[in-house]
Amino acid sequence: MTVGQAALLVMIVLPAAVGAVLALTRADRVAAPIALVTAGLAAALACITALTRPAVSYPFVAGSDFALEVDALAALTMPMVAAVTFLVLVFAAGNIGQSQARFHGLMLIFSAAALVTVTAASLPGLLLAWELMGAISYALIGFWWRDSDRVSAGLTAFITTRTADLGLYVAAGAALAGGAGMALAELSAAADPWRHVAAAGILVAALGKAAQLPFSFWLSGAMKGPSPVSALLHSAAMVAMGGYLLLRVEPLLASTGWAGPVTAWAGVLTAVLMGVVALGQRELKQLLAASTIAQLGFVVLAAGVGAVSGGASHLVAHASVKALLFLAAGAWLSALGTEKIADLRGVARRWPVVGVTAAVAALALAGFAPLSLWATKDAVLAAALESSPWLYAAGLVAAAMSAAYSGKILWAMWRRGAGEKGRAEGAGRVSALEQVPLVVLGGGAAVLGVLALPPLSPVLADALGGHGEVSIAELAVSAGIAAAVLLLMLRFRSPEPEWALRWLGLEAIAQAVVVRPSLALARALARFDDHVVDRAVTTLAARVSVLARALARLDDHVVDRAVTTLAARVPVLARAAARADEDGVDRGVVAIASQVRRLGQMARAPQTGAIHQYFLQTVAFLAAGAVIWSVYAMMG
Amino acid sequence: MSMLSLIVFLPLVAAAVMVAVPSIGSAAARWAWVAVSAVELVLVGVLWAGYEDPGPNELAFEEQVPWIPGVNSSYHVGVDGLSLPLLAMTAFVFLACAIYALGDSERPRAQTALFLFLQGVSLGVFVAADLILFFVFFDLSIVGMYFVIAGWGHGNAAGSALKFFLYTFLGSLALLLGFIGLYVFSDPHTFDIPELVAATPLQDSPLTGGLVLAAILVGLAVKTPTVPFHTWLPPAHTDAPATGSAVLAGVLLKMGTYGFVRIAIPILPEAWRGWAWVIVVIGIVSVLYGALVALAQTNLKRMIAYTSVNHMGYIILALGAVGLAVDDSAQARSVAITGAVVQMVSHGLITAALFLLAGVMHARSGTYEMGSYGGLAAPAPRYAALFAVAAFASLGLPGLSGFIAEFQIFAGSIAVAPVTAIALLGILITAALFLRALQQVFTGHTQGQSTGFADLRGRELWSVGPLLSLSLLIGVLPQVLLVVIEPASASVVDLIGR
Repeated sequence: MTVGQAALLVMIVLPAAVGAVLALTRADRVAAPIALVTAGLAAALACITALTRPAVSYPFVAGSDFALEVDALAALTMPMVAAVTFLVLVFAAGNIGQSQARFHGLMLIFSAAALVTVTAASLPGLLLAWELMGAISYALIGFWWRDSDRVSAGLTAFITTRTADLGLYVAAGAALAGGAGMALAELSAAADPWRHVAAAGILVAALGKAAQLPFSFWLSGAMKGPSPVSALLHSAAMVAMGGYLLLRVEPLLASTGWAGPVTAWAGVLTAVLMGVVALGQRELKQLLAASTIAQLGFVVLAAGVGAVSGGASHLVAHASVKALLFLAAGAWLSALGTEKIADLRGVARRWPVVGVTAAVAALALAGFAPLSLWATKDAVLAAALESSPWLYAAGLVAAAMSAAYSGKILWAMWRRGAGEKGRAEGAGRVSALEQVPLVVLGGGAAVLGVLALPPLSPVLADALGGHGEVSIAELAVSAGIAAAVLLLMLRFRSPEPEWALRWLGLEAIAQAVVVRPSLALARALARFDDHVVDRAVTTLAARVSVLARALARLDDHVVDRAVTTLAARVPVLARAAARADEDGVDRGVVAIASQVRRLGQMARAPQTGAIHQYFLQTVAFLAAGAVIWSVYAMMG
Repeated sequence: MSMLSLIVFLPLVAAAVMVAVPSIGSAAARWAWVAVSAVELVLVGVLWAGYEDPGPNELAFEEQVPWIPGVNSSYHVGVDGLSLPLLAMTAFVFLACAIYALGDSERPRAQTALFLFLQGVSLGVFVAADLILFFVFFDLSIVGMYFVIAGWGHGNAAGSALKFFLYTFLGSLALLLGFIGLYVFSDPHTFDIPELVAATPLQDSPLTGGLVLAAILVGLAVKTPTVPFHTWLPPAHTDAPATGSAVLAGVLLKMGTYGFVRIAIPILPEAWRGWAWVIVVIGIVSVLYGALVALAQTNLKRMIAYTSVNHMGYIILALGAVGLAVDDSAQARSVAITGAVVQMVSHGLITAALFLLAGVMHARSGTYEMGSYGGLAAPAPRYAALFAVAAFASLGLPGLSGFIAEFQIFAGSIAVAPVTAIALLGILITAALFLRALQQVFTGHTQGQSTGFADLRGRELWSVGPLLSLSLLIGVLPQVLLVVIEPASASVVDLIGR
């Protein structure tokens, strides 16, 4: 085993093991330091493995390996996941005040699962990490389990994403049937029609995890979890992994002919519609959640049009931007006890470090030049234009929406208002531990756009696939739109239509179309089981006892009486027998003797097969025993 | 005496001693049970360490002694990759029950004797290589479980026990009828399983073969159980003691599914292929029906019982699917069978853990009604954690054994018969029902029976913990189990293709 391989294994096993121990113990006092050291080590190891690019595998299930491989895409994404994990845990050390062991333990296990997802090279390993992320996200969204609504939100998140995950199970079946094996890189070589089935299954699973339409609603509920959870799971890791998976299987999508366009349109439509939803939100975390989905829409679009390097750059830069904004929202929520955007007016002035970094992130989110998302988003849009002008146009609308909702929060937090004053509900302070990670993430939010600009962009495009060249005109158009919309938002109030506030009514639809009918069906079947299936058996058993009673009567009145009658006839018979003895027996004996000899020869024949009759008798005997038992039971 | 005979008869002899010596005290009886079960586990471990795959239709650690020579029935035992994992799982579950029962107070000597008897006959079923021997052990397990439920159960124990007994006993009679059919139509007549497998009686008579298979199917379907023969299961579990439920769900149900891979498929491959669609449909119905009915339950034990119908459905589904197509899909079919066998082991471990945990609930507050709890995680955090792990294991979360089983079942089955993907809804519904149960019982404000609920004690922790740890081990390093199962699955695929 090489150093790189060892580093890769330790990077995954260490947080998983430490996390499991922390989650099961109650070492609250030491949990944060232990978790920070672990996450810090994992982040360092992630950098080492990103440079050494190791691969490890061991035999797993279904003839397939549990394969981990650090290719160029993983090398770009892995350090981001590990670094955001570390920074979020630093923040959490100053923000999460209770059950710290459970919190940090779950976060570490989650980060291990996310790192496996990033490096997974085969379907079983991917699915393992993929669903584990979902389960841990359930536990983290419902972290404050005394509040039933938070646990419900975790349940919704897990069930919704698992619905989509079923696509991966189908894809595994297709991979097995297609004969190309379960390695992700080999799927595009699977035989038709299995290749298409695999592509469809993976697409559904990825759209679910990335909360793309129509699965988006689960992320709204997921905001009931602690803010650091949102910062890691709902910006940098789990939701982002949906987009990441599509980037990873881009060759498979492209090979089918249909999956690329479907993916692109799913992404861009989500980006537009969830942009509108984000603009309509009144709570900061809800706005950020909808915006995450919309931004992931650009990554999905990238996968659909083959712009892997652009999509990956957008993914990484967005992680920095959105983790920062979620952490800022968390800091304000703890300090002021509110996340209503109206109540947060002026909050940036009260805590300037938080305010300035959040402003940088919001500007980046808007696509304001020269900050990060301006360049990365444009790399995706440029590729979309090559594919279809309509896609490009829709993408520009989505970009305008990004600027609009970013403007909404940007101006709210800097305008003078209620947020400048303390509130009774909050702690009234933001600790240093909460501020430091924001500065680091702010740096990322500002400069990570270099990934999508020369001289780095051609290098990345070479390594990942995609387009390295940049069009100055398109960059200028994007920057112009962002700046114009930001200015408009300064002037006008944003529209907040009811349907946008309610996330397009998606959850209500899911409840009405899927959840309630399923529960009703379940209750109906349970009644059917008790009143029809079980009663049929019981009735049958009762009939047996009725039959037995009838047979008993038959026994008394018919069989017994026949015997008695017969007995009365015996003397008559005896006299007849005496006569027969005298007349015929002697002659008969001779005749019978010869017949017996013949029968004796015949009797040899069935010797080999006659035993089964014995067993049939056994059956009859046992069945009679069962009947008698049931009669006994019914009467007793 | 061979290793296998020692493993089967040691608990039987110990049970006889328990019965014969009335002066054995309560504590001695309890610890004797733990000791014998521990020795059994060690013996099975030794067996596992020395095991090498014996090859197609061959058995390892074989022993054959004439028994009823007139009908070519012998005391013939042996293990292969299908039975060895079940042997190990059985030994593990019984040891967990023994540890759990250390705190029980009701007639310990009789209980120890009965459970040791059950352990012996259960192990006997899994090592039997003769139909009569299989049948004898199979029926004795029903008798043993009857007395466990009737003698140590609660609620309407007598009624539930009788229903269990009559239903499964009648099922076993159908099974016997099928066995006699195999004997009658084999040439030379024999009850020896490897000989029957080699001879494939009824290969060219689809009607008779179908009828004999039908008898065997009904017999095994009652025991498994599959829809619609499952209604004995919920009352039996609800009224059985915790250890009884653990053994019933963990071990006894597997005798049904094991019978499919050991007897029905290898001896009647042609009939199996002919009936494959029916079996697949029964599997899909069991999966979906079991999951949906479980979703509607308010009683925790009834809910777990119905999830067993769902989980056994996956096995039936996979075994049916492998009979559907005999072409170049050998690898996929082998994967499906491997998944089915892993599911037998996995379900044994996980469901035993769930039932033991349900038993804790009954011991503390006397009710399984989920509505009478709430916020239980506050007074009983260890209990909540273990229950959550068991629930996630049961819903097939990766990293635990259920995933290894269900992933292979689905990958293999979908590859052979894409329609089986419908049954994927089963793992979704199972997830929903377990998460709803967790939410109702453990989260929210502490109320009702949760108030003053004592957390897990040592013996409870040490019985459930190892079961779940083993599930975790299989989930993370499945090869420890798969190296044993995979060659046997490949053999079954070969046998079914004849």
